[in-house]
Amino acid sequence: MALETKSQNGSGNGPHYSVAKPFALAGQRMISGINVLGSTAIFLATALWKTFRPKQFSKVVHQIYYIGASSTTIIILVSLFTGMVLGLQSYHALIQFGAVGGLGALVSLSLIRELGPVLTAIMITARAGSAIAAEIGIQRISEQIDALQTMRIDPFRYLISPRISASIISFPLLTAVFDFIGIIGGYITSVMLLGLNAGVYSHSILRNVEMKDLTDGFIKSIVFAVIVATVCCYQGYFVHTRKDSKGAKAVGMATTSAVVISCVLILISDYVVTSLLMV
Amino acid sequence: MDIPLIEFKNITKRFGSHTVLQNVNLKIYEGQVTTIIGLSGSGKSVLLKHIIGLLQPDEGTILFRGKPLSDMRKAEAASSKHQISYMFQGNALFDSLTVYDNIALPLRETTNLSKTEIDRRVMARIEQTELNEAAHRYPSELSGGMQKRAALARALITDPRIVLFDEPTTGQDPVRKNAILSMIAQYQKKFNFTAVMVSHEIPDVYFISNRILALYDKTIVFQGSPEELANFDHPFNDEVIRSLESLQKELTGLYSRRQFKILHRTQLRSRKADDRYCVMVFDLSDMNGIVPNIGHDRAQETIHLMGLYIDRHFSAIGGFSTRRKAREFVTVLPFADITEAEKMMKEFIEDFRDRGMSEIRERVQKKAHPESCAEFSLRAGIAEGQPDDDIDAIMEVARSQQKEIGRLQCAVKE
Repeated sequence: MALETKSQNGSGNGPHYSVAKPFALAGQRMISGINVLGSTAIFLATALWKTFRPKQFSKVVHQIYYIGASSTTIIILVSLFTGMVLGLQSYHALIQFGAVGGLGALVSLSLIRELGPVLTAIMITARAGSAIAAEIGIQRISEQIDALQTMRIDPFRYLISPRISASIISFPLLTAVFDFIGIIGGYITSVMLLGLNAGVYSHSILRNVEMKDLTDGFIKSIVFAVIVATVCCYQGYFVHTRKDSKGAKAVGMATTSAVVISCVLILISDYVVTSLLMV
Repeated sequence: MDIPLIEFKNITKRFGSHTVLQNVNLKIYEGQVTTIIGLSGSGKSVLLKHIIGLLQPDEGTILFRGKPLSDMRKAEAASSKHQISYMFQGNALFDSLTVYDNIALPLRETTNLSKTEIDRRVMARIEQTELNEAAHRYPSELSGGMQKRAALARALITDPRIVLFDEPTTGQDPVRKNAILSMIAQYQKKFNFTAVMVSHEIPDVYFISNRILALYDKTIVFQGSPEELANFDHPFNDEVIRSLESLQKELTGLYSRRQFKILHRTQLRSRKADDRYCVMVFDLSDMNGIVPNIGHDRAQETIHLMGLYIDRHFSAIGGFSTRRKAREFVTVLPFADITEAEKMMKEFIEDFRDRGMSEIRERVQKKAHPESCAEFSLRAGIAEGQPDDDIDAIMEVARSQQKEIGRLQCAVKE
């Protein structure tokens, strides 16, 4: 009788257990996934709500410097070479069809609509997102977050809100830098190295790039900012609840998870947002 | 007795299937130093975290001034908890902030004080905790003792009514341990807060504690004064107190109170009822005055060296010693009557003046600031008793006989 009951619950080793196990596991995963989604949403909403509290301005500025300004060099480097390689590949592809006059439009639209927001978000995830997860994770395991609570300092207000706000401000600005430098990279390859007429390159850009392309790109970068900052802060903040590891190892795992989850979500949300913006 | 400031009623806490606290009942009274003792991993820190609200009990009630926290409105419960400050076992200092910024953090984030006022208060705490030189250094650049002091300064910056200390002396050497305990006792008297401390430091914590709570086998098995704990008949005494006391003897060279009592009883058991023996009580006076000059660490080192010096001298001639109070040492000479004891004391005084004073002065002032000045006196008294007499009564007589036998004077100014 006891065996039967266990089997019915799917937690024993009865005859139906092996059949039920995959369903039970799938169900568990789904429930825990929904739990994580719900708690992430509450996490984000709480952080955004606490942005508009006193004494937040200086913390946001400090984080803009850390997440935004300090990432400028890497963004310039990546965007320059992305633009250059895009110019190079496009030139050789278009010249076969005699359509090299559209090179400027191809480079700029690729950058503004897709590559700029996506690559900027991925680069910031790698540079600042991982650091956010690790820093908050270490603060959690060394009881610094508990210490904030005992000092009546709200950890959300002190640690999370400034990082999410700063990301929302920094991502579009860095995306703009990426787009601009990328277009210059395309110009260097196609005009300065391959001999395309400078007027043709710039005229193609001015004729084909519309305001909507820019705003769509910025909308994407804001969505990515919210995703990256929330995922990285969440992974660090709840590092102590990880079941796969504890202590320093957990911080390492949280940092890896933060980067991997952020990158995957950037690409998934890129498709979703693009589809929505094209409707 | 008054209504307890904090009271636990049948508190149970589980982590998953593991029960850490079971039906814990305890009382903490205002203005006292209450110390929770118990072995590592027995749940002392968990208990402390319930007081400040970092952990919630699975069962039971926590009362604040007689009122259950669960019945209080959110604002009322928050205001009760706002009176509490917490010093973490691992210090929990922000490693990306300097000592100054760590101490200033609660004031900057939770008050509207001006920058000048915050600076004034922070600098005052920095001076009180002897951290002037470390103010603009990061926690990772400080020694363990300095980190503890920085954590203590941060815990006290908001002038809390209750301070919880989670193993404040962990990882410190015996001298520093006593320095930290002495600092806590000094601030507790100065700022009149209620201190709740978790500690292993038996018997050192007895010197500063009004009440002891013993946590054993997931529950509180004893609540009372350190003196009452000595007569507490429970496995806790065998398993916890004795193991910690043995370690204490190994580290400091002095017997604990309980070991001293047993030695006293054993040594005198074989003596006839009309035999005589002597007790000497030594006291370091004027110590309060030297703390601001040479600091807590050096002051404690002086006391420690003094204790060792007394013990070394008299153990060579059959005596045994203990530290009775923060600045008092007691030596029993089981085979000496008053005439012999007076002779021994005379020899001790000569030896102390010839050699002891200069040794202690040299060792203490070598590590102190060159401008600092240590000056205090050693007083001693002798009393004679018989094996059946109460040792406390003999000690009281010895105390009344005390007179100055030596004075350690300022070396720098000489």
